[in-house]
Amino acid sequence: MAELAAHFVLPLRSFRLELALRAKRTVALVGPSGAGKTSVLRAIAGLARPTAGRIALGEDVWFDAEQRVFRSPDRRSVGLVFQEYALFPHMSVRRNVAYGGAARVGELLERFRISHLADADPGELSGGERQRVALARALSRDPGVLLLDEPLSSLDTQTKAVVRVELQELLRELALPTILVTHDYDDAAALAGEVGVIADGRLRQLATPQELVSNPADAFVASFTGANLLHGVAEPQGAELTLVRLETGERIFSTDRARGDVGVVVYPWEITVARVHHADSALNVIDGEIHSVVHVGSRVRVRIGPITAEITSASAEKLDLERGGKAVATFKATGTRLLPLAR
Amino acid sequence: MRRALTALAVFAASALAFAFLLLPIVALFTHQSLGDLFRQLSNPVVTDALVVSAKTSAIAQAAILLVGTPAAYLIARHRFPGRPLVITLVELPLVLPPAVAGVALLVAFGRFGLLGSTFDALGFDIAFNQVAVVLAVAFVASPLYIRQAIASFEAVDPSLVAASRTLGAGPERTFFRVVLPLARAGLAAGAALSLARGLGEFGATIMFAGSFQGVTQTLPLAIYAEFDRDFDVAVTISALLVVVTAAILLSLKLTALWPSSQRTSFSLFARSGSS
Repeated sequence: MAELAAHFVLPLRSFRLELALRAKRTVALVGPSGAGKTSVLRAIAGLARPTAGRIALGEDVWFDAEQRVFRSPDRRSVGLVFQEYALFPHMSVRRNVAYGGAARVGELLERFRISHLADADPGELSGGERQRVALARALSRDPGVLLLDEPLSSLDTQTKAVVRVELQELLRELALPTILVTHDYDDAAALAGEVGVIADGRLRQLATPQELVSNPADAFVASFTGANLLHGVAEPQGAELTLVRLETGERIFSTDRARGDVGVVVYPWEITVARVHHADSALNVIDGEIHSVVHVGSRVRVRIGPITAEITSASAEKLDLERGGKAVATFKATGTRLLPLAR
Repeated sequence: MRRALTALAVFAASALAFAFLLLPIVALFTHQSLGDLFRQLSNPVVTDALVVSAKTSAIAQAAILLVGTPAAYLIARHRFPGRPLVITLVELPLVLPPAVAGVALLVAFGRFGLLGSTFDALGFDIAFNQVAVVLAVAFVASPLYIRQAIASFEAVDPSLVAASRTLGAGPERTFFRVVLPLARAGLAAGAALSLARGLGEFGATIMFAGSFQGVTQTLPLAIYAEFDRDFDVAVTISALLVVVTAAILLSLKLTALWPSSQRTSFSLFARSGSS
């Protein structure tokens, strides 16, 4: 599978977008609105023309400022799913999907469970259905790169949970270089192997979700990366609790109900750190080695076993935390959320 | 009591306005018996004028659509320095007094005009023939189409155009399969307005093309010519024009009911002026 390599400069209204990234599989870009995320996708798709840099899929050069190469969007092997989906309102679902190429229409309608909607107008569809049509349409051209602009943001919470799992399965199945843009860090962590934090047109840090939480490059990254995302298998326990067995062996309790493969979401500032375990009301106790201690402004991010906690510099000093030492992280069952995930 | 008086006053004002607007139209059809009116339709002055009007309008409208549509699309899709000025210049003939338009056409295309010697050398003399009628009609009517077309193209969501391009369609395919179908209601409305304006063209035509029966005498020019000669014929042609323009207005209202019209909201005034 070819790798997407892009580095470019694109002047925007109030700042310059300037970044470099490579994608073999899914890379998520997160950042506040107005950070230039959508412009990254537009530049890669050929809808915006950078002033400098190079964009290529494997050997196939799409843009090269020095060589004066600029391929128009229709001559780049790209599938772009727009934030509001941009379905053609005057065409049926079938004709929308066939627009990029008629060969695989039947298969795609089937794959995205929209065969029964083939003759419907886009205006008659629900948000989730519209998104499946947009995905099917983007793939009808058999693209070498998939670009997703806020794929979950126009959906209600219920639909979002379902679509997140479907999208995760789809991305794994496609195994394409994919750039996914979102303002929600948790979605990024759930869907992508690598997450880039972008602000004011610059990529502040590009790393695995766990690395971003445990070792943020600066205070902005630390404030923007949300939760720890731990993978495990959930099983309801009694009427109120769910037990999750983590991949790393620990057991965690949550007040969210779930069964099967889940991501456990815990915010670093919900976690208490101690040298030894004191009995208190928190149900979750993780006892482990300190992997890293990173200072971010007046705060410190400490990674203990699989999880990262955020504490004040004063507490860190008092506890005398050091890499390689032992510590105990505790947090409440009410402070954990469970995200259904695909295995 | 006071409230009832107010209501009565409003009602009376409405009735007065309505009657004032309707009465002249009704009078055109009651001036002579309907039998006489139909008989006058076969008068050679009427049939000749009808043929001249139909022919010159058809050619002028075809030219307006053919040239105006790409021009409007270009203006709608691109931001360039001087764009508001270009739009204002396109709209200028709309507010120009018809006599000024006639003189302007003469000094541009007439025998002693700017392009007159060029046309002479090429062997055509356009003054006082049907080409002149077509030019006059196109000059005064095309801005109505072009400004409506700009507004209709601007109303097409740019992300649909972008989606089409990323799905492998080039600019032409995108225009014909996405932009044109979504803008068609607005374009049809603009074309209807421009057609109605062109059919009624009088001032510029009479100055630039003259009024020769069977050659340059369109329906409005025939009304003016017959005004002194045979007033009943003038009334007949007027009634005919009422029917034709009413039909255009009606079809214009019907285009608003087309399915895609929710996307290209119909407006008489292009929103592009301010941007």
